[in-house]
Amino acid sequence: MLDPDQVYIPLASWIQIAIEWIADHFRPLFRSIRWPVDELLNAINGTLEVTPPLLLIALFGLLALWLAGRRTALFTVVSLVFILLLGIWYETLTTLSLIATAIVVCVVIGIPLGILCARSDRAWGILRPILDVMQTTPSFVYLIPVVMLFGVGTVPGAVAVIVVAVPPLIRFTNIGIRGVDQELIEAGIAFGATERQLLWEIQLPQALPTILGGLNQTVLLAMVMSVIVAMIGAEGLGLVVLQGLGRLDVGRAAVGGIGIVLMAIILDRLTQAVADRDPRARAGQSRISGAFARLFGGGHRRAEARLEASLDSKT
Amino acid sequence: MALVRAGKGKSEILEQTQAVVGVNNVSLKVPKGAISVIMGLSGSGKSTLARCVNRIIEPDAGQLLLDGEDYTTCTPGRMRDLRRRRISMVFQNFGLLPNQTVIDNVALGLKLRREPLAERHRKAGEMLEIVGLSEWASHLPGELSGGMRQRVGLARALATEADVLIMDEAFSALDPLIRTEMQDELLRLQTTLHKTVLFITHDFQEALRLGTRIAVMADGSVIREGTPQEIVIDPQHDYVAAFTRNVDRARLFDAASVMVETPADGQGGQFVLDDAGQVAGWSAPGGAPASGAYIAVRPDTRLIDIARAASRGRGPIAVVDDAGRFRGRIPEEALLAGIAGDAETMKGTRPDA
Repeated sequence: MLDPDQVYIPLASWIQIAIEWIADHFRPLFRSIRWPVDELLNAINGTLEVTPPLLLIALFGLLALWLAGRRTALFTVVSLVFILLLGIWYETLTTLSLIATAIVVCVVIGIPLGILCARSDRAWGILRPILDVMQTTPSFVYLIPVVMLFGVGTVPGAVAVIVVAVPPLIRFTNIGIRGVDQELIEAGIAFGATERQLLWEIQLPQALPTILGGLNQTVLLAMVMSVIVAMIGAEGLGLVVLQGLGRLDVGRAAVGGIGIVLMAIILDRLTQAVADRDPRARAGQSRISGAFARLFGGGHRRAEARLEASLDSKT
Repeated sequence: MALVRAGKGKSEILEQTQAVVGVNNVSLKVPKGAISVIMGLSGSGKSTLARCVNRIIEPDAGQLLLDGEDYTTCTPGRMRDLRRRRISMVFQNFGLLPNQTVIDNVALGLKLRREPLAERHRKAGEMLEIVGLSEWASHLPGELSGGMRQRVGLARALATEADVLIMDEAFSALDPLIRTEMQDELLRLQTTLHKTVLFITHDFQEALRLGTRIAVMADGSVIREGTPQEIVIDPQHDYVAAFTRNVDRARLFDAASVMVETPADGQGGQFVLDDAGQVAGWSAPGGAPASGAYIAVRPDTRLIDIARAASRGRGPIAVVDDAGRFRGRIPEEALLAGIAGDAETMKGTRPDA
């Protein structure tokens, strides 16, 4: 008979052994993955830290004014001044650099992969189940292999953030390109477009609103994950919260939390504004609450499922 | 393909291979400088055929010849070149890029063949002038009405100076009034541009208005091909006859198709001709020679206009050419028969002619 107290399939130790084996034999590979992330993170963080805070706040205010209008600009400036006054300025900058690094890497990886998926059903067939698993896996679970393969600290944290944040961008890019009106594609071909011209002149511009919607999702996921990676030693606002919790210092934890919420709202408004600049951008509406619900897995694919369903019914 | 060659039916092939035969055994000559219409209902394969012509859909068999050049299997580079310079296309739902201005949309083909910006805008501007939308150049397509958008689509197709124009249901998405307006526009442009147009439509009236020649398609094959008048006089096919039954013949047929060539009407009246063959006058039975009033029409005058003239004026109808020479006369019953569509009484078949 099967004894419930007995382990018959020692999956845990198999995984342990496999990960250790990978860590031992592919160390140069992981070092080379780490290197560009490390450089980028330091460059961004360094730049932000040497910039006088008031200048930085003014620049952000102007950016918000340009992208999203007066109200968001005012909110941005007030929030950032508040963060400065709370004494969590450098932590906020670190979190911001973490997110910025992750976004850059996500764009570099995610958009080409999305394009590949849109052009090849086979690639999409392979990547789709992987993305499904990646997006349903709770974000905490990524921390373990990341620690084993990349160690602890802010840079491995950035790697974990990238892994969590990249799937929506791949999905939305794929959906956006596949959703381009067939007649526009035919028009491109009929007027003698090469494959490359078709992509750059017709598919990407038409898919841009959807891709930007995906970018908004990616930014919010990166925001959420940048807090969680405090558990593997990444610095920033997450660490403030974690330290507060560790010392039962409710006040400190709350201050960190406020900083995170303000940052998240600013980032959401800005990226949403970018996506909405084009009046046709209706895909990928997202809300802060949604982003935090995603933290616990499950419902974070609804918007995409809706998009995919509408796409299926169209073809 | 083997099944098609073996002459199996469309439904049989669908059953056996899950493949749909889109277009089968269509052989068409599209004459230069004329509008050739392919008419068929949805599912008849007309749009598939149109897309085979510029190889957006690759035909599995057969040959495509342009000025004698077989481009069925040419290299992708050569095909692109043909699409950029020889064959252009107008789409049913316009196919305009919503995020680009009207002038940039018109210049699409020029951009794809990498012409410099100034050149593109100069040519596109000229085309917009031709279709009468110059002042809309910097607007987005979304700000235009359907008819205007299709003018942009037309300007885009003209901008590449291609001599072959595929128009796939180009006016089908437009309101009836706008559609008629666009048909007139196309006919007007055609008088100066003389493009070789392959026009796809499901609307028989549109086919009759535009077509120099019409091919009627059903189930992937052409079942009747000819000039509009030939098809209406003799549909040859029940399916085609169903379309021709309600045709307004008075607007389709002209004087030449109902006239009889003898000057005398057999009841004592006759047209008197002078030495040059011009009509000197009408001699009514018992009246003075060449003193009677008559109505003169051109050979290409439509029956509706002849009927209008006849109801206003008095006297017999003479058909005269541009030089005033007598070509024939139209007895009243021939005019009525022509309008009613009675093929027996048409030209040359009348017992008393």
